[in-house]
Amino acid sequence: MDGFIQFFEDYQLLIYLLVFTIILGFEVISKVPTVLHTPLMSGANAISGVVVIGGILLVRQAEAGDYFSLGLGLFGIIMGMVNATGGFAVTDRMLEMFKKKKKKK
Amino acid sequence: MDIKFLTDVGFLLGSVGFVWGLKRLSSPDTARRGNMIASIGMGLAILSIIFAPLEQGDNNYAWVVAGLAVGAVIGYLMAIKVKMTAMPQMVSIFNGLGGACAVLIAMVELRHFYTGASAMSGGQVAISLTALFIGGIAFTGSMLAWFKLEDWLRDNALVLPRHSIFNMALLAVILVMGIYVFVLKIDAGIGLAAIFMLLALLYGVSFVVPIGGADMPVVISLLNSFSGLSAAAAGLIYGNNFMLVGGILVGASGTILTILMCEAMNRSLLNVLIGGFGGGGAASKGATGDQVVKEVTLNDAAIQLFYSKSVMIVPGYGLAVAQAQKVCKEIDDLLETNGVDVKYAIHPVAGRMPGHMNVLLAEADVPYPKLLDLEDANAALKSTDIVVVVGANDVVNPAALDDPGSPIYGMPVLQVWDAKNTIVLKRSMNPGYAGIQNPLFFMEKTHMLFGDAKATLSKLVSEIKNL
Repeated sequence: MDGFIQFFEDYQLLIYLLVFTIILGFEVISKVPTVLHTPLMSGANAISGVVVIGGILLVRQAEAGDYFSLGLGLFGIIMGMVNATGGFAVTDRMLEMFKKKKKKK
Repeated sequence: MDIKFLTDVGFLLGSVGFVWGLKRLSSPDTARRGNMIASIGMGLAILSIIFAPLEQGDNNYAWVVAGLAVGAVIGYLMAIKVKMTAMPQMVSIFNGLGGACAVLIAMVELRHFYTGASAMSGGQVAISLTALFIGGIAFTGSMLAWFKLEDWLRDNALVLPRHSIFNMALLAVILVMGIYVFVLKIDAGIGLAAIFMLLALLYGVSFVVPIGGADMPVVISLLNSFSGLSAAAAGLIYGNNFMLVGGILVGASGTILTILMCEAMNRSLLNVLIGGFGGGGAASKGATGDQVVKEVTLNDAAIQLFYSKSVMIVPGYGLAVAQAQKVCKEIDDLLETNGVDVKYAIHPVAGRMPGHMNVLLAEADVPYPKLLDLEDANAALKSTDIVVVVGANDVVNPAALDDPGSPIYGMPVLQVWDAKNTIVLKRSMNPGYAGIQNPLFFMEKTHMLFGDAKATLSKLVSEIKNL
């Protein structure tokens, strides 16, 4: 229990951030209408490309000769970036179709 | 101003961009701008992490830039090439990549820890293991889901006898092992962590194996949420608030969609995960013996549609498989010229991922105000003249309301029998995915129009033109 209390005290700000982000996420996303659920998902997909940040950090923190970290890190950056770019681009493509209709009407 | 301050502000603005962008997704009019804002947020964060001052390391910018460039090109090409019917596959691939990326990060950081290259607190070890676990499931689970969606793998291939027991045992082993690795701290070594990762990867496969068909929207949503949570965990390893915020937002979105999809099928998540819906246990009950269905000729159907006041089209995945959305829209246009009010009733699980059918119809130029969700559609159906069911079955099954013995009893359905007339386009009398007989077909007001969805609709178009 002491360990837990210590952990809570040490990371209080992070825990606040975690809790409030969860609440905010549910609040914002539950307002998205059914029509837009697929773009929501692909947009969320793009956002989960934030792992690319971790990949960049990993590569930058590695030593120049550490090919294990560099190789895996490079792979991580590529995957994260595919996720982010592809996700945003395809979401834009979909939302454009929704928009076009509106003008025609 | 120093660089650290600027990059920290960049991360803050990036997070705000995500939240603001998602907020704008709440209406089709503002959604596109929202997506743009979120992508700018991501761009700011990437710039920030590139320039942020670090205490250690050789920067290795060549590697970073190469990775970013290759990833961006591949991602962009995938995005402009993908067909809208293949969106579920693409989302699955992306979910998997996000998970795999988190696994790589956690693995490399754990290796640094076990080789003594860097220190990690107990909390960080626990978080790394969590990232391995969630990311691993998201990775292999999504890859398998992708294979299934492409029909490269039959739905019940690879299912073991008593598969759910196997899954639970595997999960228990993974949990115990995770605690063991955690308690051993640095003595555990990279080998044990690697085995832990392999088990998580195996669990990802084993957990998606028994799920298929109509349950796909649930799995994709769930894996979406996992990929977000694994990104959040990876963010915690580095203490990066931006990654944490992004990951949690995705986790929340995936969770909400999972819940909505489960509700749309009136099943608990556990029930979906354990399977048994399409697993053969639900043999079609109540053999309906000598009940007869009434057919309608193309010509009759065309006349009925053309001279009605309101028509509701109920598209199912069969419509998408037949690529018949455009023909559907053609009929819609023809009917509109005669003042017929045409609407579409979209069941939440009509496609293979949440909201899929809406996108497919939007691609065919159907304006989104014509797309009604379950509640609105059921209200409108009461005053609808003719319902046209195309390639849908279980979502218009009255047994879900009045037959407690039916496997889909309690599932919210489109109550098409409230309308004055129903025309069902269907390839044959074979029951749908779930193998459940549909009493709707035998109702007084229902008429059947047999044939391939696209061919039938095309013929219907020419009949209407001839009127």
